[in-house]
Amino acid sequence: MTFKHVLLGSTAYAGLILGSAAGASAEEITIATVNNGDMIVMQELAPQWEEKTGNTINWVVLEENVLRERVTTDIATQGGQYDIMTIGSYEAPIWGKQGWLTEMDGIDGYDYDDLIPAVKAGLSSDGKLFALPFYAESSFTMYRTDLFEEAGLEMPEQPTYEQIAEFAKTLTDKDNEQYGICLRGKPGWGENMAFFGTLVNTNGGAWFDQNWNPQLDQQPWADALDYYLDVMNNYGPPGATSNGYNENQALFQTGKCAMWIDATSAAGRVFDPAQSDVADKVGFAVAPIASVDKGNAWFWAWSLAIPTSTKKADVAKDFVAWATSQEYVNLVGEEKGWVAVPPGTRTSTYENQNYQDAAPFAATVLSAIQNADPADATAMAVPYTGIQYVSIPEFQGLGTAVGQNISAALAGQSSAEDALAASQATAKREMTRSGYIK
Amino acid sequence: MARAVSTRIKIGYTVAAWTVALIIFFPILYTVITSLKTEQAAISGFDLWPSFSLESYRDVQSQYNYFKPFMNSVILSLGSTALALAVAIPAAWAMAFSPTKHTKDILMWMLSTKMMPAVAVLVPIYLIFLRTGLMDTRIGLTVMLMLINLPIVVWMLYTYFREIPGEILEAARMDGATLKDEIIHVLTPMAIPGIASTVLLNIILAWNEAFWTIQLTTTNAAPLSAFIASFSSPQGLFWAKLSAASTLAIAPILIMGWFSQKQLVRGLTFGAVK
Amino acid sequence: MATRQTQSLARLMRAPAIILLLIWMIVPLGMTLYYSFLNYNLLNPAGTSWAGWFNYVYFYTDPAFMESIKNTLILVLGVLAITVIGGIAIAMLIDKPIYGQGIVRILTISPFFVMPPVAALIWKNMIMHPSYGVFADLARFLGVSPIDWFAQYPLLSIIIIVSWQWLPFATLILLTSLQSLDGEQVEAAEMDGAGAVSRFIYLVLPHMARAMTVVILIQTIFLLGVYAEILVTTNGGPGNSSTNLTYLIYRAARLNFDVGGAAAGGIIAVILANFVAIFLMRAVGKNLD
Repeated sequence: MTFKHVLLGSTAYAGLILGSAAGASAEEITIATVNNGDMIVMQELAPQWEEKTGNTINWVVLEENVLRERVTTDIATQGGQYDIMTIGSYEAPIWGKQGWLTEMDGIDGYDYDDLIPAVKAGLSSDGKLFALPFYAESSFTMYRTDLFEEAGLEMPEQPTYEQIAEFAKTLTDKDNEQYGICLRGKPGWGENMAFFGTLVNTNGGAWFDQNWNPQLDQQPWADALDYYLDVMNNYGPPGATSNGYNENQALFQTGKCAMWIDATSAAGRVFDPAQSDVADKVGFAVAPIASVDKGNAWFWAWSLAIPTSTKKADVAKDFVAWATSQEYVNLVGEEKGWVAVPPGTRTSTYENQNYQDAAPFAATVLSAIQNADPADATAMAVPYTGIQYVSIPEFQGLGTAVGQNISAALAGQSSAEDALAASQATAKREMTRSGYIK
Repeated sequence: MARAVSTRIKIGYTVAAWTVALIIFFPILYTVITSLKTEQAAISGFDLWPSFSLESYRDVQSQYNYFKPFMNSVILSLGSTALALAVAIPAAWAMAFSPTKHTKDILMWMLSTKMMPAVAVLVPIYLIFLRTGLMDTRIGLTVMLMLINLPIVVWMLYTYFREIPGEILEAARMDGATLKDEIIHVLTPMAIPGIASTVLLNIILAWNEAFWTIQLTTTNAAPLSAFIASFSSPQGLFWAKLSAASTLAIAPILIMGWFSQKQLVRGLTFGAVK
Repeated sequence: MATRQTQSLARLMRAPAIILLLIWMIVPLGMTLYYSFLNYNLLNPAGTSWAGWFNYVYFYTDPAFMESIKNTLILVLGVLAITVIGGIAIAMLIDKPIYGQGIVRILTISPFFVMPPVAALIWKNMIMHPSYGVFADLARFLGVSPIDWFAQYPLLSIIIIVSWQWLPFATLILLTSLQSLDGEQVEAAEMDGAGAVSRFIYLVLPHMARAMTVVILIQTIFLLGVYAEILVTTNGGPGNSSTNLTYLIYRAARLNFDVGGAAAGGIIAVILANFVAIFLMRAVGKNLD
């Protein structure tokens, strides 16, 4: 009886020793990520990391909105269900400030200096880095070189919104399902408001003044909305209120849009002949400006972060360092083609000749990302950071509510004035409630 | 039918019925067809005759091993149904054969628990699941689905049991049947069609539940609803792939439904709606 | 006495279900009630404080609130009308002698087996999409410009999708009811010279009253909780034109992560649902006896 116990005990002990001897790391980690193309590539290549380290990965791949709900609930309740979470540049500083994320500074051998400074800044709060960027994007103008040539037009290096409207007018041919311009119309803080926010910035507007008073009833917002409704109603595709990133990408790829202002990460896809009918006829220019040369292009970085509730932070860190490294970028380049590498995070990617050859849009994208400064995106002084979003927890709800009003105006269900008045009222209500407006 | 119907009238009815049926079934049919197309063909306009390609299915399978969520869906829907029956049969039996003046109120109250919006109680439930270690376990989710559908199950069984004439039970009791005999030999055979259709309905409801099954799982217990959530709206339009995933998610329950619709109908005729 | 014994046994047998549901109701409901009086945002747990009635006032004074109540009613009543009327029509049609009755029945009930999010995705992408949808193809074939369903008729679009999902259920229940109709009675009425219309009104409809009650009762419970279809297709918009009460609560809980506000909304929804339940019981409950 006692003998049996001893035996059992010693086997368990031996197992313990063996377990730890196997490299302090034969662990199983759970990673939550979105189902975007670049992350699917990561999933396909991850076995190489698993082989190298002996660890295994459980993937939880979800659609963006579902993912955001899932990980937010988990991290706010300290649930510990995930060891690595895929989050955006909106969440990283907010969650970091709450003490929910592990600091990512000081990983041995990680090349921090190679990260594009704007990206690094976007993922930091109070000088501490809370997530490592997987891919980053800004926004820019994509256009059809063949249509421009045919019409005798030329896209300037820095277009203005006025010029864009002119071009759109010339290039619209509704009978042949060719629309001058495609913009996001689907309501949501990360959908239509991402574009519309930049349009407001460059018209000289902002969400709040220094005392957190909403500015949605001011002239810049009215100008932006008038412009948006004008070009979308006259030169845009039908059903624009359902068009988000995906829908516009499909429209552009099937040759239905002459111009499309959207994420720089779209470049690789519209340029890929396997996905796009117009791959050889696409030109790229920076995002247009209106009256102010600020905040006209957005900034977003999908990044990998480690919640403080995980018990496997070391292994998780090792994976994050691997998946966001230059080594990984090279791996994708070799295995999946250089045009498919995760863009926007590392200077070395843009210095790489292979990438420059494969992606003629590289320089435009790099300058867009470098110039997108979340800390200085508005003409007036504001108490927040963020270009197309406001880095406060309340913004998701507020941005979506305003996005709804904008889309109601686009659908013709309310006037521009009513849409903005309702948005201002909502913003005031929400900010008073949350205690920003005293 | 006591009266023969002329062939011409029958053909008329047939054409009308088939037209309606095909319109109703069309969205499902078109999904299956789209799943057999290539991505580019999927968005290039109306076409009922695809160049058959299993590419989308291969892609789906290589991204997410279908077998695991499929097994979870099977386990969760069968498990929660069995559990619900175990609790509901005695309750419905008691309500049907020894009703009190509160029986109807209790039934109504049970049904009204279903009207609480799930999302309003998410945070409390999430915390409970975390504290009790039920998070991402099949057992936790089985219990959850059982509770959600229990009111419907009790109510359906109650309506079936009430159709069983009380005199038969009286007679059995006169003959000295014990309660056990009563339930096994008298009640059950009469109630089987009703129980069968309750079971089928409950399996369908559990299979199609898509809120809790996503919010309370990560990898171990995630069923087909999570499988779908990993293919809906990625960057870029992947309608063929989404159609393939959708087809995979609904095919098992659809086939089960087709095979068992006779039982479903027989049970329904017997009970609630006669 | 045997009856007393049976009575106490009956109580014992009822107990598990009732106790389970009681716990299931009281624990979350109690917690929700408690949260509804807190300023509690999931993203800012440090700022949690006692709120009194504020969350209720805030939810009630939301400009979207009244519209969401209206939309909820339109949605529920619209779908009920379509499924009951459509269900009766289809049930009567497939009850007639037809070739391939079995297959017709299978095809007709199939939508019921489709998960709500999948149903919404199918309709959004492949049927109602203004550029690639089948409706758009059809419109172009007929030479008219395609309808942008989710922008122009958002609530109607949702009603169509949800009706498609529930039509099979209604058809199935009503069909089984129809099949139990006494054939001789119908024939007798026919002999007496009753026309098809009066046979339908005086014989068929009353016979189906109980089935209709079941359809209305069960569907109302599920229809009050519709949100997945809205989330996938319109996100409640444009504006608030397709936001129902459940979706409004969803927005508070999952976009604002406002636990207190969502809890207050949940309590309001439960109270309203119980009003509906009482009303329903008064109106149609008699049929269930």
